[in-house]
Amino acid sequence: MAAPAPASTAASLSGTAIIAAIKASGVEYVLSVPDITTSSGLLAPIARDKDLKLIRVCKEDECVGIASGLSYCDKRALILIQHTGFLDSINAIRGIAVEYKQPICMMVGLLQHEPERAPRASSRYGVRIMEPILDDMGIAHHLVAVDADIAKIKPAIDRAYEEPAPVTFLIGRSPA
Amino acid sequence: MMKRDECFRLLARHIGDAAVVATYSSAVDWVAVAPRVLNYTSIGAMGLDSSHGLGLALGRPDRRVVVLQGDGSLLMNLGSLVTIAAVAPKNLIHLVAQNETYEANGGHPIPSPKVDFAGLARAAGYAAVYDFSDLDVFAQHVAHVLEQQGPVFATLHVEPSKPLHYDYPSLYDPEKRKAFKSAWQARG
Repeated sequence: MAAPAPASTAASLSGTAIIAAIKASGVEYVLSVPDITTSSGLLAPIARDKDLKLIRVCKEDECVGIASGLSYCDKRALILIQHTGFLDSINAIRGIAVEYKQPICMMVGLLQHEPERAPRASSRYGVRIMEPILDDMGIAHHLVAVDADIAKIKPAIDRAYEEPAPVTFLIGRSPA
Repeated sequence: MMKRDECFRLLARHIGDAAVVATYSSAVDWVAVAPRVLNYTSIGAMGLDSSHGLGLALGRPDRRVVVLQGDGSLLMNLGSLVTIAAVAPKNLIHLVAQNETYEANGGHPIPSPKVDFAGLARAAGYAAVYDFSDLDVFAQHVAHVLEQQGPVFATLHVEPSKPLHYDYPSLYDPEKRKAFKSAWQARG
């Protein structure tokens, strides 16, 4: 379940390629509270993208309810938030994503994470606990920190909707 | 002051094929009044009823969604008023039963009984906002509330009810979720 530390030393992560993977996954809605890690590389271009419907919410747990409602209509959604918002939303994720087995797909920016480190080795407490929490909750998760990681996105979203089950992508560096 | 189940009986006469999202005491009363496949009672976390309703409304803009939320639940998700008003789904009707208590959690009072939920919804930007405390007045307006272009918000000022039986295994039944999804996806 735990994602390994980034194997590549290439220090780049393409926001354009991530957005292409999101679209290729059939995602129609992006539900978001801004996160500085993904602000300029993902959220800003998504806001300009006519193929994606961006819904800006006031608090991250709203995203979980909205995504659940959309899933009953066979509409795919991606939640784009910061890890602090994930932590704040754990009860909603527990109830809706895990216990109800809903295809809640989350892309979570790791605020102040050092990209050269694995999240579990981060000097930031909030980052360090993310993967252990996801493991304890039984939520599949994938680290997206270099371009090679982007290939994980579409298969993981497809799997989330097929099972159904939640999935989380941890964004380990600011996409450019 | 009205009784919640009496309001819901009036509502049920006009509900048609709308999805009804409800939790806790509102869900218990609604399911007793109108047991139907298009009831959505698996909310998963207190307060998120209004957010589930927004998702359902966006996904099926050709069908109506009615959210039956308690005042304690809305207080946990007040930001959803702003989100819903900004997205402005024309097919969403958001009704809040204000009994000034956390009825499902021991009947303790909400932090302030003076909250003006209709005022909050109006300030957030809902297309239409109502405030009902008289059953006869609600009876006169309920059809219009359900039919007009949303997002629509209404406060129903109700008494705390007698002790209810909360049958959570039934409200959260996975088979009911499957049946709801099938019915909701059917052509209306």
